[in-house]
Amino acid sequence: MTGGNAYLSPSGQEIVFVLVGLVVLGGAVLCVTSRQLVHAALWLVVALGGLAVQYLLLTAEFVAWVQVLIYLGSVVVLLLFGLMLTKAPIGPSPDADSRNRPVAFVVALAAAATLVTLVVDAFRTAWIDLDTPHGESGPIGSSLFRVWVLPFEALSVLLLAALIGAIVVSRKRDGES
Amino acid sequence: MHLVYPAVLSALLFCTGLYGVLARRNAILLLMSVELMLAAVSLNLVAFDVWLRDEVHSGQVFTLFLIALAAAEIGIGLAIVLLVYRQRGTSAVDRLTELRERDGEEAADDDRERDGDRERDDAGNGNREENTVT
Amino acid sequence: MNTTTAAVLVPLLPLAAAAAILLTGRRAPGFVRPLAVLPTLAAAALAVFVAARQGGEEPIAAATRLAPTGNDRLPIELALHLDGFAVLVAVLVTVVASCVQVYSTGYLRNDARYPSYAALVSLFTAAMLLVVYTDDLVVLLVGWEVMGICSYFLVGHYWETSAARAASLKAFLVTKLGDVPFLIGILALASEAGTFRISGIVARLGSPLSPADLDHPTLIALLLLAGVAGKSAQVPLHTWLPGAMAGPTPVSALIHAATMVAAGVYFVARLLPVFAASAAALVVLAAVAALTMLGSALAALAQDDVKRVLAYSTIGQLGFMTGALAVADREAAVFHLITHGAFKALLFLAAGVLIATAGTGSLAVMSRMRGLKQRAPDAYWTMTVGLLALAAIPPFSGFFSKEAVLGAAEHAALDPAHGIPAAAGWTVLVAGLATALLTAAYAARLWLVAFHDPVGARTEPVPPHEPAGPAMTSVLWLLAVPALLLGVAYRVLPDWFDGGDLAPTLTTSVLATCAALIGGVVAYAGWRRAYESDGPIDPGPPLLGPLHRHAAAGFHLDAAYAAAFVRPTRAAARLVRFLDRAVVDTYVRGAAGTPGLLGTLTRRAQTGNVQTYLSALVAGALVLAVAAVLVAAGE
Repeated sequence: MTGGNAYLSPSGQEIVFVLVGLVVLGGAVLCVTSRQLVHAALWLVVALGGLAVQYLLLTAEFVAWVQVLIYLGSVVVLLLFGLMLTKAPIGPSPDADSRNRPVAFVVALAAAATLVTLVVDAFRTAWIDLDTPHGESGPIGSSLFRVWVLPFEALSVLLLAALIGAIVVSRKRDGES
Repeated sequence: MHLVYPAVLSALLFCTGLYGVLARRNAILLLMSVELMLAAVSLNLVAFDVWLRDEVHSGQVFTLFLIALAAAEIGIGLAIVLLVYRQRGTSAVDRLTELRERDGEEAADDDRERDGDRERDDAGNGNREENTVT
Repeated sequence: MNTTTAAVLVPLLPLAAAAAILLTGRRAPGFVRPLAVLPTLAAAALAVFVAARQGGEEPIAAATRLAPTGNDRLPIELALHLDGFAVLVAVLVTVVASCVQVYSTGYLRNDARYPSYAALVSLFTAAMLLVVYTDDLVVLLVGWEVMGICSYFLVGHYWETSAARAASLKAFLVTKLGDVPFLIGILALASEAGTFRISGIVARLGSPLSPADLDHPTLIALLLLAGVAGKSAQVPLHTWLPGAMAGPTPVSALIHAATMVAAGVYFVARLLPVFAASAAALVVLAAVAALTMLGSALAALAQDDVKRVLAYSTIGQLGFMTGALAVADREAAVFHLITHGAFKALLFLAAGVLIATAGTGSLAVMSRMRGLKQRAPDAYWTMTVGLLALAAIPPFSGFFSKEAVLGAAEHAALDPAHGIPAAAGWTVLVAGLATALLTAAYAARLWLVAFHDPVGARTEPVPPHEPAGPAMTSVLWLLAVPALLLGVAYRVLPDWFDGGDLAPTLTTSVLATCAALIGGVVAYAGWRRAYESDGPIDPGPPLLGPLHRHAAAGFHLDAAYAAAFVRPTRAAARLVRFLDRAVVDTYVRGAAGTPGLLGTLTRRAQTGNVQTYLSALVAGALVLAVAAVLVAAGE
C-alpha cells in the first residue's frame, strides 16, 4: 500500500511466488496436455501442492494444510482410483484429447487474455501487506465456529448427502450383469 | 506483495482448467481439470481475503467450504463416471451423445436397439414412430 | 269442387307424386308406376275441369302473401291467375305429361333408374304448371328454374355416356346464360311497374284511362328476351336443344318439344304489353324469329339423326310462335303452341318407337332397312299424321295454327296500325313462307328416307327387337287425334283468348300451302333421283348443295362459341393454373422451405457433445463480458 512498491524491484516473497507460480502453472498445463492419464493425475498433484505453497506465502497457513490434506490426500487418490477402475491405459493414449481441442485452445486463450487484461487493469496498484499473518488456525477456527457455524453445518449435511448419493449411484443393481 | 501476482496466476490457472475441460476426452481427466478451476478460484479467495484483511475471514472460510465441496463433487462425479463406464464401456465424453439431434433412420435404429428386449408390440410402436419421423 | 281449389291441386298433385316417388321409389319399386301415372292423369282431369269451368270468362284470381321483400308495396305472392291462355296451356301440359308418363312405363320398363326418372318428370310437370298458373313473376321464376334443373337431370339420364353428360351441362349452362339477364329484367320490370303481379303489370300498361309507361321498355324487353331465347331455344341460344336429344325420347317429347321450350313463348304471351311497348323489342323479336325459323329449317334438312331433325324442327316451330308474338298476336302464338305441343309430342314418341324398332336413330341406316313400316305400323301411321301436321298441310292441325301466325303477320305488314312496326310483319311473313316450304321439304325427306320403298329396293333386314307394348302405341294414337283435328278449334279458341279471329285468310293460306306443296314435291324429286341411283338415299345434300355441310353442323355456331368463349375461358384457366402453380405456390413452398432449411442448419448444431456446447457457452460469455467491459470503458 505504500507508494514505493514498484514492479521492477520485487520483494523476496514475490520472487518466490512467481517461481512457485511458474511451477504450478507448468504442472497444470502438463496435467491438461499429458497423454498419459496417470501422469496427468500426478501433474495435478504438483500443481495443487504448489498452490498450497502459494497459500503459505499468502500467510493462509490453515488453508494451505487443509489443501494438502484433502486435495493431495484424498481427491487425487480418488482420481487415481477412478482411473484404475475405468481401466485407463498405463502408457500414452493417443486419443486423450477430443476433436474439440482447437476450439478449446482458442476459447481458453481468449478467456485468459480477457481475464489477465481485466485483472491487471483493475488491481495494478493493489498491495497485500503480509507483515502480519492473516490465516492462522486460531482466528480461522474462531470465525468458522462463531460466524460461519450455520453454513458449516449445512455443508456437513451436504457432504452426507453426497456420500449417500455416491453410494446409490455406484451401487450395482440387482438385474445388472 | 502485489495483488496482481496471485490474481494473474489464478486467472491463468482457471483458463488452463477451462482448456482441459473443453479439450480432454476422458471423463476423469475432465474432473481433474475441474479441480484445477476450483483451485484457481480458491487462490483468488485467499488472496483477496488477505488483501482486505477481513475480520471474519470470509475468503478463507469459503476456501475451506470450497475444498469440502470439491471433495463431494469429485466423489459424486467419479460415481457417475464409473456408472457410465459400467453401462457403456467407455468414459470418453464425446461418445456420450445420446441427446443429439438425429435424422429419422438413425433415430429409428436406436429405438429398435432400445426396444430389443421389449415386447413385440412395443417394437411395433417403434416402427410407427419411424413412420412418423420419416 | 271450387275452381280455385281444383286449380291449386293441378300443380300440387304431380309435386306430391314426385316427393312420394323420391321417398319410396327405392324401397317399393312396385308403387312407382301408379304413383307416376295416376296423379298426372288426375291433374290432367282437373286441368280440363278448370278449363271448362273457366270457359273463357273473366280471369279467376287468388293470391296469398308468400314472402316479404323489404318493400311493403312489392310483396311476393303465391298468386293464381287463370285466364284462357293459362287454362288451355295447362291442359296441354298435363295431357302431354300424362301421355309421356304412360309411354315411359313401356319405354323405360327395364331401366334401373326409372323411379328417379318418373319423379323428375312429375316434378317438372308441377313446375311447368306453376309457371302456367302463377301470376307472380318471382314464383314464375322459381318454376322456370326448377324446370331448368329437371331438364338438366333428365337430359343426363344416361350419364354413363359422355355425350349425355356434355349435353346436360351444355343445356344447363346455355339456359342459365339467358336466365341471368332474365332475372335482372324481372327485377327491373317489377321495380318500374311497382308490382310482381303479371296481371297488375298488364293492367297498368293496358289501361286506356291512364296509360302508365315504363321508363326503359326496350331494355327490360331485351333482358327478358334473353331468358326467353335461352328457354325457347331461339337464336343465338338455341344450340343446347339438338344436344339435349341425348336424353330419353319421352323426355325430348315432354320437355324439349311440347312444354318447357314453350314456356318462353308462353311467358312473352302473358307479358305481351311489355314487349309491345317497345317497337325495337318487337323488331328484334321478329329478326330473332326469322333467323331461327330459316336457320333451323335448313339445319333440319341436313341432319342425319331423326331426333335431331325433330329438335331443329322444334326450334323452327318455336320461331313461328316468336314471330306471332313479334307482330303482337298472342292468340296465334298460343294456338300454335298448343297444336305444336300435340303434334310434336306425337312425333317424338313415334320416333322413339321407330328408333327402338330400327335399333338406331340414323336416317342413313334406316334408309337401307327393308320393311320398317311393316314392323312398326303404329309409328308409321302416327308419324305420317304428325309430319303432315308439321308440314301444315290442310286439314291437319298445324295448318290452321300456322295460318293464324301468317295471317297475323300479313295483317301487321299490310295494316301497320296500333304501333306494330311493319318491318316486323314483313320479316315474319316472308321468313314464315320460306320456312313453310323448307318445313314441308324436311318433313317429306324424313318420311321418304325412313319409310318409302315403292319397289322394295332396300336390302338390309330390320334387326329383331321386342315390339312396342300397348302402353306406347295407345299413346301414339291418342295423340294423333289432336294432331289431326285440333286445327278446327280455331272457331272456339277465341272464346278462351282475347276474342280475336284465328280463321285462316285466303291469301296466306294459298301461298303457304303452295309453298308447302312445292317443298314436298322438290324433296320428293330429290329423293327420287337419289333412290334410283346407287348412292345414299338422301335428298338433303343435292337440295342444299354447298350449304349442306354447314347446315349439318348447325352453321358452325358451336364452333364459333367454342372459339369465342370456350377457348378464351380455357386459356384463362390455364393462365390461372400457371399463376397458381408457378407464382403462388413458390411463395408457399418458400414459406415452408425457409424454416425447414433454417431448422436443418440448427439441427447441425445439436451434436450431443457436451464439450461443443460448453465451448459455445464460454465463448458467448466471453463476448458478453468483453462487450460489457467496452461499454463500461466507453462511458
